[in-house]
Formats: sequence, C-alpha cells, structure tokens
Amino acid sequence: MADELQTQKQEAEVAEGAERTRASRVYIPQVDIYSDNDNIVILADMPGVADKDIDITLDKDILTINGFISNAAEPEGYELVHDEYGVGDYRRSFTLPDEIDRDNIEASLSNGVLRVKLPKAPEAQTRKITVKAV
Amino acid sequence: MFRQPFNWREFERMRRDMNRLFENSPYLPRGRAAHFPAVNVWANEQEGVIVTAELPGVSPDNLDISVTADTLNINGSRSPENLPEEAQYHRRERYCAEFSRSVQLPYSVDTSKVEASAENGTLRIILPRAEAEKPRQITVMASG
Repeated sequence: MADELQTQKQEAEVAEGAERTRASRVYIPQVDIYSDNDNIVILADMPGVADKDIDITLDKDILTINGFISNAAEPEGYELVHDEYGVGDYRRSFTLPDEIDRDNIEASLSNGVLRVKLPKAPEAQTRKITVKAV
Repeated sequence: MFRQPFNWREFERMRRDMNRLFENSPYLPRGRAAHFPAVNVWANEQEGVIVTAELPGVSPDNLDISVTADTLNINGSRSPENLPEEAQYHRRERYCAEFSRSVQLPYSVDTSKVEASAENGTLRIILPRAEAEKPRQITVMASG
C-alpha cells in the first residue's frame, strides 16, 4: 500500500495566513537526488510545465523550485469519467548544504523533468537561476 | 452589494477528491491497477474519448501504446538517469521501471483514427468514437 500512495501526486500544505495569488492547486513534485564527487543533482517530475514557467530561487541556503501550469487543458465539452490525478502548480524547497557553488547552479527541463545541477564548492551567496530548455 | 460569480468547478473538484479518497481507501476492496502512470479519462458521447496521462521523462521511443475497440493499453518503461561512477542516491521517489496500464474505455472507438501526442511530459490520446456507434436522435411519429 505504501508503494501505491507514493506514485500519487501529493498536495502541498498552504502556510497559515499566506494564500496563493494563483487559483490552481499546488503539488509536491517527486524528486530523485543524487550526488557524486563534483555535483549534487536534483531531478523533479513536473509534467505539464513548460521551461518558461519554471522559477527557481535560492535564498540564503534554501533552494525553492516552482513550476507553473499555464493552462488546465481540460478538453472542451468532455466529461471526466475517471480521474486519478489533478493538474496544478508544483513547489518544493530544499535546504542546501554549505558547500555548494551558488554561482554555477544549472537547470534544464526536458519532457517535464526538471534537472538542477548544484556544483560543490565552498561559497555561499544568494543568486537567481535561469532555466534553459533542452 | 457585490455578486460573486458562482464557481461550479470548485465543487466538481471537491467531488472528485472525495471519490478519489474513497477509491484509495484500504478498507474498500477494489481491484488495484498499477498506479504508474496516473490517467484521466474524458468522454463525450458524440466525439469519443480522450485519455491523458502524466509521463514525465518518458520519450516516445520507450512508449508502446496499443488500442482495441474498447481497451487502451499503455506500456513502456522509464529508465533512471545514468549515474556517474561514484554517485549515490540521497533520495529516490520517482518511479523508474517498466509500467503497463490497461484502460477500459466507456465507448467503442475507431482504432484507425486514434491519435497520441506528448507535450512537456503529459501524454494525450484522442480516441474518436466509431461512427456506427454514435447515438442518433430518433424522431417520434405522432399519429391520431
């Protein structure tokens, strides 16, 4: 049963008193995180998000990835007879260890999977990261 | 006085959520289909069926979609990223293996007209209803 629950998208909790300005729901994207000698890599499942709708910010040591859905894409005139997933925005935050080179973080999006590469090096600054499409 | 537009969608969403909640309850005996990928099925009596599935990271090469008159099969695999030699996982949540799903369609469809497209990791399959099966209006002849 635990396996089944994991493959469903989890909905994110909204912080008390801090409502979203967008009307859609928020989901927590599933991620794989691995590291080798040079980098830490985060892979996040964000189906339905285009590369221009990704927003990644690094604030002190918290990395936040946001993916926005531009259209709900519900077919006109059709009735939903079986639904297993909802469509909405994605958001997840990670606390980074100190030894990340914040100037050289790279991100790319392919087939709905966001890949964030965090090189290891001793530095700590706040930076904005741009996404390139693959 | 201000008028709030009535947003029926929110109620629909709530209804679907409640249904989904009870569907997955361990206390209800239900056939457990494989859960990757999650699919939504849309239907229109005249037009046919549209099936959408979330398949991030799966390229069309790894997908095998086949359809019979009333069943849609989605098979494929998602391979994990090739890790460099000394790498190790800290977290592993994404499903990366073979998957196989069979979706029962509410209407018979015309298999020669089925189209599938993928955008940003979302798969969309359009299955038009077979012409002969479309519901027809029947006029009533009144007499007397």
